Amino acid sequence: MLDAVNWHSFFFLLFGGLACAFAVGVLVSSNIVRMAFYLIVSLSATAGLFILAGAKFVGAMQIMIYVGGTLVLLIFGVMLTAQAAFVSMRTRSSDWVLAFLGGGALFSLLLLAAFSVDEWRVPREDQSQLATREVESAAQLGWGLLGVRVDKQQAEADLQDGMSGYLLPFEIVSIHLLVVLIGAAYLARTRRKVTTRQAGVAEAAS
Amino acid sequence: MAENINIVVLNRLLSGFGVTLPADHWSGILLAALIHIFLLINVVAVGALVFIWMERKVSGRIQDRLGPTRVGGKFGWLQTLADGLKLITKEDLMPGSADPLLFKLAPYLSFAASFAAYLALPFATGWAGREINTAVFFVLAIMGLEVFGVILAGYASGSKWSLFGGMREAAQVVSYEVPLGLCVIVPVMLCGTMNLVTISNLQAGWFTNWLVFHDPFTFALFWIYFTCGMASVNRAPFDLAEAESELVAGFHTEYSGLRWSIFFMAEYGSMFVISALAAILFFGGWNGPIPIFESWAYAPDEVSWRLTGYLANLAGCVNFILKSVVGVTVMMWVRWTLPRLRIDQVITMCWKYCVPISAVAFVGALLWQAADLPTPNSIDRLGVREGWAVSQQSTADEGEGDGAKVEEGEAAAESIPAAKPLGRSLSSLPRSVRRDAMNLGGQQ
Repeated sequence: MLDAVNWHSFFFLLFGGLACAFAVGVLVSSNIVRMAFYLIVSLSATAGLFILAGAKFVGAMQIMIYVGGTLVLLIFGVMLTAQAAFVSMRTRSSDWVLAFLGGGALFSLLLLAAFSVDEWRVPREDQSQLATREVESAAQLGWGLLGVRVDKQQAEADLQDGMSGYLLPFEIVSIHLLVVLIGAAYLARTRRKVTTRQAGVAEAAS
Repeated sequence: MAENINIVVLNRLLSGFGVTLPADHWSGILLAALIHIFLLINVVAVGALVFIWMERKVSGRIQDRLGPTRVGGKFGWLQTLADGLKLITKEDLMPGSADPLLFKLAPYLSFAASFAAYLALPFATGWAGREINTAVFFVLAIMGLEVFGVILAGYASGSKWSLFGGMREAAQVVSYEVPLGLCVIVPVMLCGTMNLVTISNLQAGWFTNWLVFHDPFTFALFWIYFTCGMASVNRAPFDLAEAESELVAGFHTEYSGLRWSIFFMAEYGSMFVISALAAILFFGGWNGPIPIFESWAYAPDEVSWRLTGYLANLAGCVNFILKSVVGVTVMMWVRWTLPRLRIDQVITMCWKYCVPISAVAFVGALLWQAADLPTPNSIDRLGVREGWAVSQQSTADEGEGDGAKVEEGEAAAESIPAAKPLGRSLSSLPRSVRRDAMNLGGQQ
């Protein structure tokens, strides 16, 4: 009876359905904190999809960065700037049209791309083992970020030349983020007005 | 476990009816899952029951009082149960200006996040809800979600006290995740794996093998970790989100009855997880100060059940829970001894002290390891560097260590890209052979 159920597909549909339904919820809701809550569920369900596919590291990463990091900051920002216009957002009809054009174009492109791969139309044979399979370790990813591709040895000979590590992109992104952080700290710092009396004291002290 | 239930338990019970179940039948899997959930939820629920009683006793003694003495006879040990009965009978209130959906969901969100962390938390070798090889990362990520319960409760209550509590919590948690992550990276680096079971088993033996004694920097890191852990689970002196002297009760001002108590279950649950993580990462997990049961313990690749191995696991589990309870007790001790910090002091503490100290200790521990300075630990540094600690466990069953593989390993050792294949192919060889192969590769 229950043996006939394909549990992998069941959980895939469950997580996929949750992610999509709450994504629609984000779109429909007009209260920004509720939107953030729906986004939590949607992104967590996506993490569930990753874990179901055997990519536990990516799943945990999704929770850590998007749910635990970005969304906390989002809610924090809303709380700091909580004003009626932000808490309940009114979307103009022109925004809806533009968003549907842009989003719809991207969605149809992704759909076409996804259905054009033949292997993705039929279920994998080892499907049910994916979630329980022991993945080697996350060390390979770490090596890759350090510029060493450990999977190079197993790859086909003509592919090996194109396989490089990710050290350069990693460094570029890090420097970029550092610049952004310094800029944000510079913009956000409070500029205290130095009164003439304080200035006089500082001069006297120096 | 599911196979064992099907073969050993269900088939024996059902043999009278002439039914035989295959090893991967769904009923066994369901039963195994239910048993896991029952055990884990009782760690949280019974744990909270004991910890709340303990908190009252500890606070009483620190303030020169007796604490509860009457309910349940000696020491008032049933006090929490009486409290629970009282809470159930309380009216479930909700302010008129609250956001009803989020107000009702917030406590469950908090508890779900706290409880989900137990999914990956091992209690002994092989005794884990699910052994994940990136467990450290998973537990930290899930623990980070608990803040949503507090923030959403603060927002949805529609009360200024709650909103202030929620905002403080958000600022605090976002800040303290940084030093917490830095502290956790060091044990992961020293052991070369994020698998909590492997990290703990690498520290087996005498207490000198504990990572806290690895070098002065890890010793410093443990204290930073524990401080940041306390801040991230919102305990005094970092309980700015509650701050009953300024904010009435902070984020849970408007909560009453059972919903209120669910927040506390979550808090005590995460206190235990933080202490348990400290026990595994720095204090050897279930490997005690004195290796009494070492000869009985299961080998890493052993699959069959035996009584001595089971007893060793049981003793390890008790040992592990004891260590975690000591951690929770220290948190209580700190709570009732130190005054609450101001919010600017909390943030200063994080960014001006915890982050720099943990960053320096991180680099220090890294250099200590790189310079091969002496350590009381017996962790095989060479093995960890080449990823053998992980591959030894995960590929123990592959076991293909013939002569050809050694040559391949030597050839591969010349270039770093082969680090992984080298580690895999040599993992089943004796350690001395591996070391020779490695040195040969290094000299060429």
